[in-house]
Amino acid sequence: MKTIAVIDYGMGNLHSVAKALEHVAPQARVLITNDPQIIADSDRVVLPGVGAIRDCIGEMQRLGVDKIVADTLGQKPMLGICVGMQALMRFSSENDGVDCLNHLPGEVTCFSDQVAVTDGHLKVPHMGWNQVQQFDHPLWSGIDNHSRFYFVHSYFVRSEDRSLVAGTCHYGVDFDVALAQKNLFAVQFHPEKSHTAGLQLLKNFVLWDGHQ
Amino acid sequence: MSLAKRIIPCLDVENGRVVKGVQFVDIRDAGDPVEVAKRYNEQGADEITFLDITASHEGRDTTVNTVERMASEVFIPLTVGGGIRTCDDIRRMLNAGADKVSINSAAVYNPEFVAEAAARFGSQCIVVAIDAKLVTQPSETPRWEIFTHGGRKPTGIDAVAWAEKMTALGAGEILLTSMDQDGVKNGYDLGVTRAISDAVNVPIIASGGVGNLDHLVDGVTQGGADAVLAASIFHFNEYSIPEAKQYMADRGIEMRL
Repeated sequence: MKTIAVIDYGMGNLHSVAKALEHVAPQARVLITNDPQIIADSDRVVLPGVGAIRDCIGEMQRLGVDKIVADTLGQKPMLGICVGMQALMRFSSENDGVDCLNHLPGEVTCFSDQVAVTDGHLKVPHMGWNQVQQFDHPLWSGIDNHSRFYFVHSYFVRSEDRSLVAGTCHYGVDFDVALAQKNLFAVQFHPEKSHTAGLQLLKNFVLWDGHQ
Repeated sequence: MSLAKRIIPCLDVENGRVVKGVQFVDIRDAGDPVEVAKRYNEQGADEITFLDITASHEGRDTTVNTVERMASEVFIPLTVGGGIRTCDDIRRMLNAGADKVSINSAAVYNPEFVAEAAARFGSQCIVVAIDAKLVTQPSETPRWEIFTHGGRKPTGIDAVAWAEKMTALGAGEILLTSMDQDGVKNGYDLGVTRAISDAVNVPIIASGGVGNLDHLVDGVTQGGADAVLAASIFHFNEYSIPEAKQYMADRGIEMRL
């Protein structure tokens, strides 16, 4: 039986992610855990995240999740979601600046710092359904290009290595919403809350062999 | 490419049943909340709001159970409000599967609760609900005040100033209900919707008074709302969600179709 570990570091609502995975993969075991052994034994790993980055990184370090993530990368398919994606970058300007896990090259910045001038009255957080420009990757299989996904975030990612970009979006500025590096796929939006398109992406992740 | 405006069907739930009143009284039954939410999920609703209007503790346990069942079958964002008073209440709802919680009366009694909740759970899941009522005469410059307890209790607080204060404390979204309009089907109070939308920098959900699809359009184009909430027009099948979305899209509003 396939097992999917949803990494628990005490932040946000992991149940939505777990329930959506159970829905698309009824035969899989979905475990919400921070046990290094269970994660090491699982077939694939999801790194979710909701909340402020300083607390997220702090809890990851306290619980040893940072080491688990480092060990998992390169070993098996991994999906980062929202703050789980941001945590994989080098640095975030949220909470007066926080060093992140530095697995992906680039920084996380706030919409309010960047874009008020271009779009006039731009609401932050970027909350709701926005279109994603896809770049070729197996995780987009069966999902129309420019499909809408559900976002809720005030900070966004820009990759310094453009070859890693698998999806972009526009909200006042262009920003990166999907990054792919070997068997890692990370998204800014919430696939577990993105109805048909999101469930298809999770289904693709469950079937993914980790190759691009 | 741009962000779509959202349509949010609202489920007022009492003791495990969807109900709908007119100006917060005269309640009608509209079905099992999980079944109703599933139907809206399938129809393409952008979000679901679940307002628990139960007063008893037993009823609250039913609510947690209902939210859990709903979250297993509905894969769009779910906001839960009604009786959220402590961080433990928030934790309980998020663990049950809610994505956001809506805080109303508790914010009025203790505004710092909003700051505490936003710091702990993130602004993205803290919605502050404002029930506003016009308190000026037609000849005067309009001014709205907020009410608590399902619209029964006046507070003397100015609605626009309150919205500014709540967002400064960390509210990530404002759910704005017009007490004058709620359930009467004459359309949103566009004046207060526009005033608050212009005053704050977070998304605004317009609520209270939808009777036809033009009201949804007006909420966005004239009220400046980022999302439009309605209950009875959807519950009693006067309009479907796809019909409403298409109608708004045909009038130039960006929608997820």
